[in-house]
Amino acid sequence: MDTAPGWVWSRVTGLTDMFATPLRTSHYLELMNPLWTTHKLQARVVSVWDETASARTLTLRPGRKWRRHRAGQHVRVGVPIGGMHHTRTYSISSAPGRDDECITITVKAAPGGRVSQHLVRNVVPGDYLPLGLPQGDFVLPDAVPLRPLFITAGSGITPVMSMLRDHAARGDLPSIVHLHYAPHPYDVIFAKELAKLRDDHRRYRLRLVYTRERGERSPAERHFTAAQLQEVCPDWRDRDVYACGPQGLLAAVEAHWQGADLSRRLHLERFHAPWADLPGDVPGGRVRFARSGLEVESDGRTNLLRVAEDAGLNPPHGCRMGICHSCDARLVSGCVRDLRSGAVVNEHGATVQLCINAAAGNLELEL
Amino acid sequence: MSFPVHLSDAAIEDFGRELDAIRDEVMDSRGDRDRRYLLRLIRIQRGLALGGRLVIFGSLAFLPEWLWFLPVVALGTLLLAVAKILENMEIGHNVMHAQWDWMRDPDIQSGTWEWDSVCPSDQWKHSHNVVHHTWTNVLGKDRDVGYGMLRVTAQQRWHPFYLLQPVSTVVMALLFEWFIALHDLEINRLLAGKRTLAETYPMLRRIGQKVAHQTLKDYVLWPLLAGPFFLHVLAANAVANVVRNVWAYVIIFCGHFPEGVHYFSEEEVADETRARWYVRQLLGSCNIDGGRLFHVFSGNLSHQIEHHLFPDMPSNRYPEVAPRVRALCARYEIPYNTNSLRRQFGTTTWKLYRFALPVSVVAPA
Repeated sequence: MDTAPGWVWSRVTGLTDMFATPLRTSHYLELMNPLWTTHKLQARVVSVWDETASARTLTLRPGRKWRRHRAGQHVRVGVPIGGMHHTRTYSISSAPGRDDECITITVKAAPGGRVSQHLVRNVVPGDYLPLGLPQGDFVLPDAVPLRPLFITAGSGITPVMSMLRDHAARGDLPSIVHLHYAPHPYDVIFAKELAKLRDDHRRYRLRLVYTRERGERSPAERHFTAAQLQEVCPDWRDRDVYACGPQGLLAAVEAHWQGADLSRRLHLERFHAPWADLPGDVPGGRVRFARSGLEVESDGRTNLLRVAEDAGLNPPHGCRMGICHSCDARLVSGCVRDLRSGAVVNEHGATVQLCINAAAGNLELEL
Repeated sequence: MSFPVHLSDAAIEDFGRELDAIRDEVMDSRGDRDRRYLLRLIRIQRGLALGGRLVIFGSLAFLPEWLWFLPVVALGTLLLAVAKILENMEIGHNVMHAQWDWMRDPDIQSGTWEWDSVCPSDQWKHSHNVVHHTWTNVLGKDRDVGYGMLRVTAQQRWHPFYLLQPVSTVVMALLFEWFIALHDLEINRLLAGKRTLAETYPMLRRIGQKVAHQTLKDYVLWPLLAGPFFLHVLAANAVANVVRNVWAYVIIFCGHFPEGVHYFSEEEVADETRARWYVRQLLGSCNIDGGRLFHVFSGNLSHQIEHHLFPDMPSNRYPEVAPRVRALCARYEIPYNTNSLRRQFGTTTWKLYRFALPVSVVAPA
C-alpha cells in the first residue's frame, strides 16, 4: 500500500510492533480476522461452485495485503493437506476489481493430482488458504487496440475467462475469435457464460471443438490443425494469439506460428515447463536423499520434486515449473536430466531445481 | 565400554530397533490433527497474552481500592505468565526443535522462530539442540549438567564456589531466562582463557539487541501506556516474567537432575551406536507424572525421556508414546525414571544441597 493511509498505518504498526515483540501487531490482528494480517496473505473461501463434474470454482476473499490483478495473471495458492503445506499456481478466472473484492480460481481435478483433487473435493467455505500476489505477463496490453485470437483447451480457459469478463464488464469487448477445445460438451468450463457472451456480443466469435466426441470428423481433425485454424479464423495472421492449455496444444500452436514467422504475435501461458522429447528408454536410477537418509528408485521422467514427495519428504517448493527456484537443492553426486532441454548435469555441488529435473542414473541430493 | 545396564550388545541393538519402529510409526501418522493442535495452541497463547495485559490495565480502574485491585491485577499477571509459559515451553521450545518443520508452514519454522525470552533463539538452538541433545549427560561435554555453575553429581570435582548452591539456585530460578541467555557464551571458558573475546563479542551484541527489545516491551512501553501507574504495570510484568522463570526452572531441573539419573564419561560414549545413544538418553532423563494440562504447561518436558529419544517428534504425541516406551523398558529391564513433581523436584533440591559440600564418594546404587 503506497497510499497516504497506508503510510500512516505502517508508521503506527511500526510503533505497536515494539509492544508485540518478538511478534508483530499483525499476529494479534490475525486473532480477530485472518484477512487483516500484513505479515502474510491469506484468503477466505467464500463459496464453491461446480463448473463441471471435475472442475470447481472457488471464490476467495483475499486479505488486506492483496493488490488487484490484471486479467490473465496467475496466483500461488497454499493448501494444507494432511497437515502439510503445498503450493500450486492457478490462473485467476474472475475479472479484476469486482465489487465484492473477491477473486475466483477454477481448478480441474487432475487424475493423481493431490492438490487439485483436494481443492475440488475437500475445501469448503470458511476455510483459509495462504495466497501469493498476482503474477505473470499473460495479459492484454492496456492501450493498444487489439484483435486477439484465443486458443484454449480444458482448464486453460481460466486466464482467458478473466480477460473476457474484464472486457465484457467494461463494455469494450474487441473483435475476438476464440477457439476452445474440450473432450465433450459437458466438460466445457464456463459453457453457459461463454454461450451468453457469444449471443450478446457480435464481435465475439466462439468455436468449441470436442476432441473425444464421435462424429463425422476423424480424431486428428478434432485437434489443432492449420486447416482448422484457416476455417475458424481466416485472418489469423493479423491477430495476436493468446494460447493456454496442455503441452501438446501449445507445442502445435508454437510450431505453427513459428513456421509462419509470426512468433512476435504469440503469447503462451503454460501449466508446466515445456518438457523435451525424451526417448522411450531414458534410464532412471536410485535417488538418495542425504540428509534424511532415504533411498528410492526413480524412472528418468518423473521430476525429483515428485520423487521426494512420494518418498514422504516435503521439500519447499513454489511454481513446480522451473521458475521460482523455491525447490533448489544441492546435487551431492550423480547425474540429473533437465526435463525441459534433455540436457544432463553431473557437476557435483551444482544447484538443481527439483521440479524440472529427473534422475539420469544413480544420484544423491542434499535433502 | 561399561554401560549401566545388564544387556548384551545384541539386546541393546534390538531395543534400538524397537524404538525406531515406534518413532517411524508416529512420524508417519503426523497429519491434520497435529496441525490443528498447534495452530489452536498458538491462537490461545496469543489470546492469553493480550488478555492478560488488558486485565492488568483494567485492574488500574479499581485503584485506590486495593482490595479490588489486587485480585484483578493478580489474575492479569497470572494470565500473562501462563501465556509466557506456553509460548516458551510448549510452543517455542518445540518449534525450535524442528518438531513442526514437516508442516512446511512458512510461519512456523525452526530456522526463523523467535521466542518471548531474552535469549536469542539461534544461540539457544546451538547450546540446546547441538550441545545438550547430542551429548546428553556426558560430563565435560554436556554443558547443561549443572549449567557450568552447579554441582549435581559426585562425579563433578568439588570447588568452594559450589558452597553457594543453596543461594545461587534461588537466584537462578528467579532469573532463569537471563542465565539461559548467557549460557551459550561459555563465560567460564572465557574467564579461563579458552575462548577469546573476539569470538564472544558478536554473540554478546545479539543478546544485547534481544534484551533491548524484550525489556523495552515489558519494562518501558507497556508501563508507559499506563501513565501515572507506570510502576504498577511494570511490577505486574516483572512478576509474570519471574513466575515463568521459576516454573521453567522447576520443570527443566526435573529433567536431568533427580535421584536415579545417570551421567556418563566421554570414554563410555566413544563409538556409540544409535541404540546405545537411545539407552543413554533413557538413563539420563526423568519424567514427571501429571495430568493433561500439566503436560501442556510443562511443554511436554514432563515427558523428558520421550523428548530426548525423539527430539523432533511433535510434542503432542509424547503422551501416547510414553506408555509404549515404558512397556518396552520394562520388557528389557531398563530403568524408566518417572515420578511425581514433588519427588523429582525434592530429590533434585536435595542433591543440589548435598553436592554443595565436598562429598565425593558415589553412594552405591
